[in-house]
Amino acid sequence: MANLLTISGSPHVHGDQSIRKIMWGVVAALVPALLVSFWYFGIGAFIITAVAVLSCMVTEYLVQKYILKGQPSLSDGSAVITGLLLAMNVPSNLPWWMMVIGSVVTIAVAKMSFGGLGKNPFNPALIGRVFLLISFPVAMTSWPLPIQNRWVLTDVVTGPTSLGVIKEGLDKGESLGSLISKVPSYAEMLIGNMGGSLGEVSALAILLGGLYMIFRRIITWHIPVSYILTVFLFTGILYLVDPAKFIDPLFHLLAGGLMLGAVFMATDMVTSPMSKNGMLVFGLGCGILTVLIRVWGAYPEGVSFAILIMNAFVPLINKGFKPSKFGKEVKHG
Amino acid sequence: MLLKTFTRGGVHPEENKRSSGSPIRRVAIPKTVTVPLAQHIGAPADPLVAKGDKVKAGQLIARGQSFISANVHAPVSGTVTKIDDFPDSSGYRKKAIQIETEGDEWIETIDRDSAVDLQIKLTKEEILARIQEMGIVGMGGATFPTHVKMMVPQGKKAEFLVINGVECEPYLTSDHRLMLERGEELMTGTRILMMALGVDKAYIGIENNKADAIEHLTGLSKKFAGITVVPLKVKYPQGGEKQLIKAILNREVPSGKLPIETGCVVQNVGTAVAVYEAVQKNKPLIERVVTVTGKSVKDPCNLLVRIGTPVSLLLEEAGGIPDDTRKVINGGPMMGKALGMVEVPVVKGMSGITVMPGKEANRPKVHNCIRCARCTFACPMGLAPYLIAQMAEAHLEESAEAERVMDCIECGSCSFVCPSGRPLLDNIRVAKSKVGQLIRSRAK
Repeated sequence: MANLLTISGSPHVHGDQSIRKIMWGVVAALVPALLVSFWYFGIGAFIITAVAVLSCMVTEYLVQKYILKGQPSLSDGSAVITGLLLAMNVPSNLPWWMMVIGSVVTIAVAKMSFGGLGKNPFNPALIGRVFLLISFPVAMTSWPLPIQNRWVLTDVVTGPTSLGVIKEGLDKGESLGSLISKVPSYAEMLIGNMGGSLGEVSALAILLGGLYMIFRRIITWHIPVSYILTVFLFTGILYLVDPAKFIDPLFHLLAGGLMLGAVFMATDMVTSPMSKNGMLVFGLGCGILTVLIRVWGAYPEGVSFAILIMNAFVPLINKGFKPSKFGKEVKHG
Repeated sequence: MLLKTFTRGGVHPEENKRSSGSPIRRVAIPKTVTVPLAQHIGAPADPLVAKGDKVKAGQLIARGQSFISANVHAPVSGTVTKIDDFPDSSGYRKKAIQIETEGDEWIETIDRDSAVDLQIKLTKEEILARIQEMGIVGMGGATFPTHVKMMVPQGKKAEFLVINGVECEPYLTSDHRLMLERGEELMTGTRILMMALGVDKAYIGIENNKADAIEHLTGLSKKFAGITVVPLKVKYPQGGEKQLIKAILNREVPSGKLPIETGCVVQNVGTAVAVYEAVQKNKPLIERVVTVTGKSVKDPCNLLVRIGTPVSLLLEEAGGIPDDTRKVINGGPMMGKALGMVEVPVVKGMSGITVMPGKEANRPKVHNCIRCARCTFACPMGLAPYLIAQMAEAHLEESAEAERVMDCIECGSCSFVCPSGRPLLDNIRVAKSKVGQLIRSRAK
């Protein structure tokens, strides 16, 4: 035996979780949704994803090495996830240079300027998306139609999203009945045969990834369930109040970025609450804000803004909703 | 059937109970023993012998100097060679009595017949006096003097005795073997403790990974009135008093209070067997079962050893210290303390020695906290470990106190689950000690 024994405080064993495992687990969970968007949007989707991931990784490497002068930590996989999520939040025909700018803002501004992984208050991919939406509103809201644009890179045929069709139509005073015939059927929306950002298409593929993450204990059910349920109940009440003015709740679940937001964006552990009750409240807030923006706001889609606004509330939620402590109540019998 | 367990937090480390099939075996008496005077929580005992004195095994050699203290007896017969400071398992030098062994002569009052004596003849007061006299302390590792723990404070009433046979700490199996091999003694010890407390109900909590012990003791419990064996779901740290009471009776010990607030007194199975020996056989606490184990240990085993035996001797008995050893732990890997040297003596509270190879001895690399909240989910006390650790780093003692840092039982679940490898418990311990100082300074 060596003469020198290691002395350290307990515990002397460590569980099998690591940042690397968690991050690559999330990447694996994103695969079904990515494959679906490659299937519908083809080569454009593939290129935009590659550009986003690569620019995020390069930006993180450069910032870490030359500005923060720290150890590059690309292998933890977090830059890859941010890149993938950013790509899933844009249309597949977004010019590559816009994607690069978006990635630089996402990583350099929204993540690294706060101190890197774990320190950022807002979801970096959503900051990147909102930055792009405000800077390039036209490019960010012309969505290629699925399947027919698979092998086309320029001059793609674009169309509005289902949420956009309904919102614009209602604003113009068209009746809901006629508008519904203009959007894809719910079955098509479930598997993803509709226009939208890369990750907005297939609710099914996103849910599959979500179940995988819950099963692997990467996330818990609290945020997605509370978020989706809130949207369902809120829009359900509106629908019951006036079915001629408000579209049914199922549409709200399947259209737009709700599934992507609830499963992959709101559950970002860095920017979500630290207790189970807090997570439920966070999901509730995200749900209410999403519906408010979708129904009464200026934008057809409100998921990004809703999550970012709730990100800002996380410190307060953490203060207000701490885990329930042992030995508060004395129960006998 | 859904097995009982505690509700908040908890983790499930690899069990690694490698020595569970190895029957307890006696180790040869060492040439010299070193018997520390402080093997318990409280004041050290006062030595009653001097250098050159002849002693017999079982003879009182140091008396507990106050109520919260414990007697110490000679574990072997021989000559006192030194009363001096020796390094103990904490790494510090503490006062101890060294005895050079000659033969194995016991004092006459000890009944060395191994036949189990089920008949309890002493009264409640005599039992308590005997427990104190025989130097019995909590053998699960906390080493609180048992006679103190058995005194129900004025105005409180004990309803239940809870016997802790959980042994949730990975690797360790000494309690498991005791339950299997000394079942009747354990049951009689439990009856004795029930009498001393004046209760007619006792629960023995055992985790489901010890099905043979559950079966064995359930069978025996039919012969012993008022004792119920409760199988528990395997979950760490169920062996913590508060968690065990919660699991068995669904009662919560209030923050900062003792288990008696819920009408319970908890004793470890090792303690119950020691109480049996003290009361029925007049035998002081001079030997105990120690598990010697580890992934590279040739012969993981459970050894019955005299107090004061050097740990190095136990390691030899288990097949020698493995070549890849980098850490030797007094106890198990979750709550045990790393030893700086293997020449330290076995003490009353030492339930096991875990040997860790090099690749496991080092901690994972520390990364940024990613706020994943796994530590808050794992904490059995419902605390927010990430927050308290941050407060400790920022020297915010008052805030840490408000976050109930003093409730922390130091089980290590937070550090265990942290994917960033952060030393959460280290920081929380710092906060605990500083908040402790703060509380004491206020009392002045």
